[in-house]
Amino acid sequence: MAKKNKAGRLTLPQAKRRIHDDALLYIMLIPVLAWYIVFCYVPMSGITLAFRNYTFNGGIWGSPWVGLANFQKMFSDTEFIRAVKNTLILGVGGIIFQMPCAILLAILINELRGKWSKKFFQTVVTFPHFISWVVLSGILVNLFSSTGIVNQVLNSLGFASIEPLTTPGPFRWFIWLTNIWKEVGWDSIIYLAAITSIDPGLYEAAEVDGAGRLQKIWHITLPGIKPTIVIMLIMAVGSLMSNGRFDQIYNMYSATVYSTADTLDTYIFRETFTTGALNFGYSTAIGLFKSVIGVILITVSNKICTALGEQGLF
Amino acid sequence: MRTNVKTKVKTKKKKSVYSILLNLFFVALSIIMLYPFYYVVIMSFANATATAKHVPYLLPYVIDLTGYKTIFNDSSFFRAFGVSIFVTVVGVCINMVLSVTGAYVLSKKKLLGRNFFLTLILFTMLFSGGLVPSYLNIKNLGLINTVWSMILPTGISTYYMIIMKNYFTSLPESLEEAAKLDGANSFVILTKIIIPISMPFMATFALFYAVERWNEWYNAMLYINVKAYQPLQIYLREILISLSNQLASQAQVMAGKTSKVLSTTVQMACIVVTMVPILCVYPFVQKHFVKGVMVGGLKE
Repeated sequence: MAKKNKAGRLTLPQAKRRIHDDALLYIMLIPVLAWYIVFCYVPMSGITLAFRNYTFNGGIWGSPWVGLANFQKMFSDTEFIRAVKNTLILGVGGIIFQMPCAILLAILINELRGKWSKKFFQTVVTFPHFISWVVLSGILVNLFSSTGIVNQVLNSLGFASIEPLTTPGPFRWFIWLTNIWKEVGWDSIIYLAAITSIDPGLYEAAEVDGAGRLQKIWHITLPGIKPTIVIMLIMAVGSLMSNGRFDQIYNMYSATVYSTADTLDTYIFRETFTTGALNFGYSTAIGLFKSVIGVILITVSNKICTALGEQGLF
Repeated sequence: MRTNVKTKVKTKKKKSVYSILLNLFFVALSIIMLYPFYYVVIMSFANATATAKHVPYLLPYVIDLTGYKTIFNDSSFFRAFGVSIFVTVVGVCINMVLSVTGAYVLSKKKLLGRNFFLTLILFTMLFSGGLVPSYLNIKNLGLINTVWSMILPTGISTYYMIIMKNYFTSLPESLEEAAKLDGANSFVILTKIIIPISMPFMATFALFYAVERWNEWYNAMLYINVKAYQPLQIYLREILISLSNQLASQAQVMAGKTSKVLSTTVQMACIVVTMVPILCVYPFVQKHFVKGVMVGGLKE
């Protein structure tokens, strides 16, 4: 923006010449823009469905308008309210539990001295990130089923069985914990990168002053990675509504745990594909609600962070 | 002097206790991380007699290949495997061509309209049509029940493309200038200069994309409802959900009367086979993944 002001406004012939000079670049950009139009912007125009009552013959553009009826239905739909609540609880809990774990892990990995052990342990903890939830849920459901190995071990040690997959309360913890298990190593990489870019001179100076290990972490490491933490926090808050948990929950939940497990994404999915096409308008409305809240969340959290003097996302 | 040596010894001792504790912690953490995978592997070789005898099943007490034999005798397994390979290979090619050209063009700060294009692209990260409009779009394009429904909707990852763009911006401009003086156009510069010097970086993103395409199941679940185009993840999902189908009876026949095969064994064998490609490649390319995330931290 600043550049344009300095150079003044472009005249038409100047603009023409620049476009002509860069013609090949524009041609190269065509397939990319075409992809965004066909697979992002065309579906976006389908949002009008949120204000229509979808009929199979009418399609996106021919179905009758119903105004805000879908939204009215939404706010009197207890299952929708429940889904909003669960989405927020699972999302906020995810941030509160998972971020500190990742930061702590990064600090601990950084404390490892052996080059080999550092590499080895990092390789191990990042591994589950690369496996799909389809596979992981297959494994976890087997481990934690009523006759699975976890309960076999618990029973043989004289403890009662646990059934996190079929009891609503524990299911929530199961979602949080298994997600930490899968992603903590991966999440820690970005913090580790931030830690390694801290000036080692700071640590040396602190050592001369007689600072202990914890003091160094508290006074140098954490402030040093604060900008990274803030950015990650903004992004996490921005994706609260669709916290990428669909894969995880959809592959592990069942009707018995809907009361704590059913999120907006899973609810939209069921509304769309298990109750038939008649609900297309309604589930589009829920999707729109989700997107709008998401945009608001990321903008507001970014505003708050920049107001507090941190560097924001945009 | 003496006290100095003494404190040094003391701190050294303290340090080694600390490092032992730290390493112990990481050993414990690694066990938690890997145990589920270990369990899957030993269970994939188990059978009913062994699992009944050993509760809990902690060690590979038997090596029974029935689970794997059942999977490998199922023709739809190989079809699904083939679909996944196709989706991964073709998908990654399309991903890379689109993201690299997009990232390169958008890294040109002097390009007229660059900010407009960037806004257009970044907006899609914040806002999307949602499930139904996307589904109807794919349907209108006639992609339902074709492999392309698993490849085209995921053609570009905006996030990766932006990281690539930031990386290209960070390259020194002098790299291109000499070629420009020789009359090379942007396309030649990209393919002959930029891509060759960024090979490790390109490899990282090709790997990121490859993992995503291999793990693809969501689009397949939405858009594919014929067996012929189901990828491996969906094949596995069906085995996990219901092994009551013919595969189970097949397994029973194969196991014969001597050892009863467990449906779990077949499931676990299928999980192992699905993970194998990632398992084989992962340890060798892990450092590339880490590098990719670190580059992601680059700011424009």
